[in-house]
Amino acid sequence: MIEEETGLRGRAEEFLQAFKKGTEFTHDLLKENERLRFRLLEMENSLAGHAVQGDGEQNHALLNRIKELEQEKQDILNRIQKVEDENQDFANRYIEIEAENNNLANLYIASYQLHSTLDFREVLQIIMEIVINLIGAEEFSLMLLDEKTGVLSAVACEGLDREDIPPVKLGSGLIGQTLLSGESYFADDIETYNRDILSPMVCVPLKIKEHVIGVLAIYKLLVQKERFAQVDYELFTLLAGHAATAIFGARLYSDSERRLSTIQGFIDLLTK
Amino acid sequence: MADINILIVEDSPTMRQLISFALKRIRGVRIVEAGDGVDGLKKISAEKFDMIFTDINMPVMDGLKLISLVREDANQKGVPIVVITTEGAQEDRQRALALGANDYITKPIQPNRILDVAKQLLKIV
Repeated sequence: MIEEETGLRGRAEEFLQAFKKGTEFTHDLLKENERLRFRLLEMENSLAGHAVQGDGEQNHALLNRIKELEQEKQDILNRIQKVEDENQDFANRYIEIEAENNNLANLYIASYQLHSTLDFREVLQIIMEIVINLIGAEEFSLMLLDEKTGVLSAVACEGLDREDIPPVKLGSGLIGQTLLSGESYFADDIETYNRDILSPMVCVPLKIKEHVIGVLAIYKLLVQKERFAQVDYELFTLLAGHAATAIFGARLYSDSERRLSTIQGFIDLLTK
Repeated sequence: MADINILIVEDSPTMRQLISFALKRIRGVRIVEAGDGVDGLKKISAEKFDMIFTDINMPVMDGLKLISLVREDANQKGVPIVVITTEGAQEDRQRALALGANDYITKPIQPNRILDVAKQLLKIV
């Protein structure tokens, strides 16, 4: 991610250099155009002054020269137009790269934070922070599957009481179906969505490869968040994979810590 | 170029990292982070900052209290303060601006918005 960021910055620098060169080139062309216009004017004046005494051959040569200069002027104007078009293209591309850069920054930070700890509670907290701060959700819950019972239960939520979120059986309702299918669900019209605990507006499965371990269910967005942007869908995809592995890793770690502590207790008992 | 000292007061490490990431695109910037209002005040009393970014909802001391205390301090009156918050209601914005905040950004945020506001308030072209 840092390399991509550095690459993007490099590309932005290159673009700025190209933009500066384009500007200098445009200024040179305008100066040249001005000089040629001046020369043309001089020649026209000279031609007018000598029209009477100049012979036909000389006049003909001057008229040809004028034509050449006119053509040259037209060529320069065409080139200026081309450079301006190129500048516009560069400016548009720069804006696109900046937006891409911003999105990558969000994705990089979300991913970095998710894998920054092995503490289960901290991992949940980080997922919550990402959903609030980077996606802009106001009410949501994070539900994890109990492999033994096949029931999903809320382990963390924001803007809702955990007691208000009923356990969901595998395959039951929208949440259970998302868990079963492993496919994200997005309500067709976010603006007209009415909160229903069993039918969230967004339901994202948390999965390690094809193994789904839980679901993120979103019920309400922040008042200033009117719709999802492209980066939000990328964040959901990232959460689907990285949050699952972070949760799974943290659980494994806490289990191993607990077992280690139990074994250590036995050893202490036996050796004392 | 002299260092530009910026303080980020925010309880979420994710947000601190995102804000810091955006601001580091300014040449010569130095970022100091604080996890709540009290921590922020301690850092403000220890050194001079060119700009402060603060969240509103934080444990121990919220961002609004921090803004009012900073504005009461004669040495800190001129320092630009930018609020970054989930509170998107107009009255929240008005309250923060009335207390002395210079700008108000609502979450979810984009790094370029933070950078633009910082450059504008620091008068960087």
